Amino acid sequence: MAINYDEVEIGTELPAQSFPVTRATLVQYAGASGDFNPIHWNEKFALEVGLPDVIAHGMFTMAEAIRVVTDWVGDPAAVVDYGVRFTRPVPVPNDGVGAVVEVSAKVVKKLDDRKVQVDLLATTGGQKVLGRSQAVVRLG
Amino acid sequence: MALDPSFIGRSYPPTEPYEVGREKIREFAIAIGDANPAYTDPEAAKALGHRDVIAPPTFPFVITYRAAGQVVEDPELGLDYSRVVHGDQKFTYSRPVQAGDRLTVAVTIDNIKSLAGNDVLTVRGEVVDETGEHVVTSVMTLVARAADEAGE
Repeated sequence: MAINYDEVEIGTELPAQSFPVTRATLVQYAGASGDFNPIHWNEKFALEVGLPDVIAHGMFTMAEAIRVVTDWVGDPAAVVDYGVRFTRPVPVPNDGVGAVVEVSAKVVKKLDDRKVQVDLLATTGGQKVLGRSQAVVRLG
Repeated sequence: MALDPSFIGRSYPPTEPYEVGREKIREFAIAIGDANPAYTDPEAAKALGHRDVIAPPTFPFVITYRAAGQVVEDPELGLDYSRVVHGDQKFTYSRPVQAGDRLTVAVTIDNIKSLAGNDVLTVRGEVVDETGEHVVTSVMTLVARAADEAGE
C-alpha cells in the first residue's frame, strides 16, 4: 500500500478527513500528553482569560492533521519533517457534540531523495486553524 | 517587560532519560484516535521495518514540552507563563520514536524577539537516544502577550 513517488504529481490530493473533538477528547488528550493547562478543560478559567470557550490543545489539532498524511502513506515513519503555526483556536462547546476539525492536504512540491512536500489545510466551522502547515514525506 | 535578548543561545543541561513504553504510546495513540497498527502492534511495526512499535509524529512533544519547562521556569529569564501561547511547532525527524528508547533532550533558546509588543521566544529541543544518535529536533515558538493586553 506504499505510495510510489513516481506516481505522485504536484497537485495530488490526499484523502480528506474529519476529526470530531469533544470535551471528553480533550480530557483524554490532556492525560496522555501531560498538558493540563486549564484552558483545555475548565470553561470558567477559559472565559476568564478571554477565550470564547474551552479550546482544543494546539498539539491535539496538529496530531489530527498529520493523520491525513500517515493514513495516506501507511508507515508514519515516512514523515521526515512536520511544522504548523497555531493561528486560531478550536473552541469546543460543552454540548455533547463539540467541534469538528476538517483536514485536507495536497502535494505541492516534488523534492529530491523521493520526498514530497505536502501542504495541509485544517479548518473548523469554515475557519482556518493552522497556518504554514507543511510536512515533508519520503515515499517509496 | 520585554525579555532580555542576551538569553539567545542559552542552553540547558540534557534532561534525565525518558524511557518510551509501549503502553504510553498506545495511550497517546488512543487519545488522538489514531488506529494505525504501527503504534500498537509490534508485529505490524516490525513488518514496516521498525524494531518495536513507533510513536505518532507529534508524540515527541510530550518529552520536549517537559524539557522546555527549564526555560519557562528559568528565574533569570523571567517569562510570565500565564501570558504564553504556543505559536509555532516544528519537528524534524531522523527516525520515529520507538518503544524502548531512552531519550534525553537538550534545550536551547534559539531566538528572542519582540513583535507588536509581544515577546516571541524560540525554543529548540534536540532529542537523542541512549547511544547519542539524533532522533528528532523540536522547534517551538512561545508568544508571551504584552502585559497591557492581558484580560482583553
